[in-house]
Amino acid sequence: MSHHKVRITVNGTVGEGEIESRLLLVHYLRETRGLTGTHVGCDTSNCGACTVMLDGRTVKSCTVLAVAADGADVLTVEGLAGGGELSPVQEGFRQCHGLQCGYCTPGMVMAATGLLLENEAPDETEIREGIEGNLCRCTGYDMIVDSVRWAAANGGAGEAAHRHVHGRGAPAPDAAAPAPSGTQPAPVVTP
Amino acid sequence: MGSMVGAAVVRKEDPALLTGRGTYVDDVRLPGTVHMAYVRSYLAHARILSVDTTGAAAMPGVLGVWTNADLEGMPPNRSVPGMERPCLAKDRVHFVGECVAVVVATDRYLAADAAEAVLVEYEELPVMASVAAATAEDAVPIIEGTASNVVLEQVLSATDAEEELAAAPHRLAIHLKNQRCAAVPMEPTVCLSDWQNSGLTIYATTQTPHHMRNEMAQMFGLSQQEVRVVAPDVGGGFGAKASCYPEFLLTAELSRRLRRPVKYVETRSENMTSMVHGRAQEHDVEVGFDDDGRLLALRVRITQDCGGWPDATGIGLPTLTSFMSGGCYKIPVIAPSFRSVVTNTTPVGSYRGAGRPEASFMIERVVDHVAAELGLDPLEVRRRNFVQPGEMPFATQFEGIVYDEADFPGALDKLLEHVDYPLLRKEQATRRDDPAAPLLGIGFSTFVEMGGFGPTPLFEQFGYVGGWESANVRLNVDGSAVIKVGTSPHGQGHQTAFAQIVADELQIDFDRITLIHGDTATVQEGIGTMGSRGVPVGGSAVMKAAIKVREKAARIAAHMLEADESDVELVDGEFRVKGAPGKSVGMGEVAVRAFKPHLLPDGFDLGLDETAFHEPQNLSYPSGAHCCVVEIDRDTGKVRIARYVAVDDCGTVINPLMAKGQIHGGVAQGIAQALLEEVAYGPDGQPLSGTLVDYTLPSAVDLPHYETDHLVTRTSFNPLGAKGLGESGATAAPQSVVNAVVDALSHLGVRDVEMPCTPQKVWRILQQNGS
Repeated sequence: MSHHKVRITVNGTVGEGEIESRLLLVHYLRETRGLTGTHVGCDTSNCGACTVMLDGRTVKSCTVLAVAADGADVLTVEGLAGGGELSPVQEGFRQCHGLQCGYCTPGMVMAATGLLLENEAPDETEIREGIEGNLCRCTGYDMIVDSVRWAAANGGAGEAAHRHVHGRGAPAPDAAAPAPSGTQPAPVVTP
Repeated sequence: MGSMVGAAVVRKEDPALLTGRGTYVDDVRLPGTVHMAYVRSYLAHARILSVDTTGAAAMPGVLGVWTNADLEGMPPNRSVPGMERPCLAKDRVHFVGECVAVVVATDRYLAADAAEAVLVEYEELPVMASVAAATAEDAVPIIEGTASNVVLEQVLSATDAEEELAAAPHRLAIHLKNQRCAAVPMEPTVCLSDWQNSGLTIYATTQTPHHMRNEMAQMFGLSQQEVRVVAPDVGGGFGAKASCYPEFLLTAELSRRLRRPVKYVETRSENMTSMVHGRAQEHDVEVGFDDDGRLLALRVRITQDCGGWPDATGIGLPTLTSFMSGGCYKIPVIAPSFRSVVTNTTPVGSYRGAGRPEASFMIERVVDHVAAELGLDPLEVRRRNFVQPGEMPFATQFEGIVYDEADFPGALDKLLEHVDYPLLRKEQATRRDDPAAPLLGIGFSTFVEMGGFGPTPLFEQFGYVGGWESANVRLNVDGSAVIKVGTSPHGQGHQTAFAQIVADELQIDFDRITLIHGDTATVQEGIGTMGSRGVPVGGSAVMKAAIKVREKAARIAAHMLEADESDVELVDGEFRVKGAPGKSVGMGEVAVRAFKPHLLPDGFDLGLDETAFHEPQNLSYPSGAHCCVVEIDRDTGKVRIARYVAVDDCGTVINPLMAKGQIHGGVAQGIAQALLEEVAYGPDGQPLSGTLVDYTLPSAVDLPHYETDHLVTRTSFNPLGAKGLGESGATAAPQSVVNAVVDALSHLGVRDVEMPCTPQKVWRILQQNGS
């Protein structure tokens, strides 16, 4: 089994190490980086529970090899809330009861965040189409639509997502996160 | 202090789940954990000639490979007596996806590699992947030791109603299919077993941790105190996580052998063939009625496909269907019977509603058939047959099945406040005359189902120790409260709902109440979360425990206030002496005093810590009325839901926000069953719907906006007055959609469209009937 050395920034923290070349990004995040907020709900790229932002774009991290993220900047659900405050999307889901069991939620929140980065004021159809790649079995989606609308009206994608897109590599304001030492910001790749 | 019960407060659960800080089973990390992977059968019916594990066992990281023969003495999975399912197939496989061997390796990738390298040689056997094939002349029994694939037959009435049917002015025979569905919780089955000298701990995706503890202890010959089952955050269940799966036993046994924690994480592809399916019933119905549409007699012959190994719960589901076959109507004679048939398919068990949606679908389709036959309005036929509010509680002809308080006509009236029915009918006629316009259909469902499962004699039949639920409420020294409850939520929001109940009973701040659940080591006793029992049964236990705490606190307060206990009342969070408004002590002061023996009467039992059980007097019966308006594209046959309106009567509503969520989710699954989903097999038993795309699990673009309202008729069957609502949406929705689809096509002479009403199916009907 071949191995590769990678350097991947996740939520502003750089990680360097050798990984198996077939390791999926989602397993890299969950097992190597210990970020278990990103979930796996299928093995055919349908459900979107594993959605994260990779260099400014939402991707299904079960369909990306971790080696392909070498040098990249990843934002996961753990990186959205800054300084203990939920991001507008997270808060919207809370206010509008956009989650029940919570398993699809991290992916759904990331997809909604990605949507609001592209479209600050989506209408209902645009919201539904924007989250079409993410499956939820609990809510029937209507209250997720409400949640995204709430977020659009109350701050949009949020600071962490904007920072991820515009100033990748900068550490999150969460003071608890260790600052990357002696590393350069990950290279900027325009989506 | 305002009432918390009835308030739409946001959930306590959410901040953790929204920030990736939830703990699902696969998030639990134990040092030294190794990973189990299955070798599964790719054939639906075959004899296992040999299993060659040598190559796999020699692969890197592999700790071992086991077949049935290597696990002598291992108990079978939870089974129906006489049809014990081995955890790994012995000699024969009964369905695609049945486990044949297991591999354990140091990481999950290596385990998957090694599973691929296990070589199994099969001899194919004739496949019986449908009830028709399994009951054909030349069918052979799939389960060794059985005489026939019909493994259970029951008649649930004294008469077959032939006399009444023959005497009725009108008689109709109707065949209905409730297709096989998959629950598809977004988190598949996951478990992590850690068998130590002190006993066995299992983290598992289960709805019933205490039940699982009892079973695991019994299966492995351990005492219950040696087994701990933890259901941490669980990613949906919908009934399917109430079943016991071979991996629970296998990870335990292999952890015992390897002296390491063993984890199993099911893939979605495995889940689609391994987790129990639901529904899978066919109904042969005969109904007798008069010229006015009054129902006179009903005969229902149910066929339950129970898959390759009968599930202990699944095999009994048609009993519930039988009990509910009269719906919310007064029918003088009902004659249900059923047969359960083993086929070469995935086992069938509980799925949201478990037996009752099938009944509601049947009777609501029957009522529409009767209306069509007589040229009457379907609402008129419903109104003429409703059990009236004044007749509640209503004893059905089935012993013990007594409907509690409800208002069936009232729910329909409330529904019609939201729907301009005459206008819709006018619009429908206009559309029919305009070939360019999509067809319009209006469908109704006036439903009743069972909630609040218990009581104990009923639940014993499904293998549970009881039908009660248990709760403990404890006040800390600082006056904050901890609840422990035996229900095991997996999305229902019990932390929030139960804190609302305690906040009212003890008049303490909602934010100072925490709920502990899903761990047999910390929670006293429990049954679990299924059968819409969370609030009616679990919530009632919580309420009773809180009342016991309040009563004890009042005794302490009376001592502090030097008043008679009967003169002390709790008002706005303070105990006061009636008629002496100046004298009061807060709950916080009482909580401190509860721990000061020298300041209490001699011998006073310290602490405020009370446990209560709630045994429901009977099942509760949530009901309501739904309306679905569909548009059908004449060129493609695609059904679009133009409006969906649900009026639900679940009795007392604890939290309107969460109630809405439960209704939405249930309706979504019902719509999905009506229009999209079906677990299908080829004649060779190969699954045709093995991925989420093939199964057409709906996304946000496939489902509509829902309009909801409540009628509140409190049940007298529990102290909260709540009936449960987790399954109502899924019970009510399929037939309101199908009735609407049939209604849209009725001018073409169409009387029935089988679920799922896919574009292809509807398009064919349109072509055949020359729309």
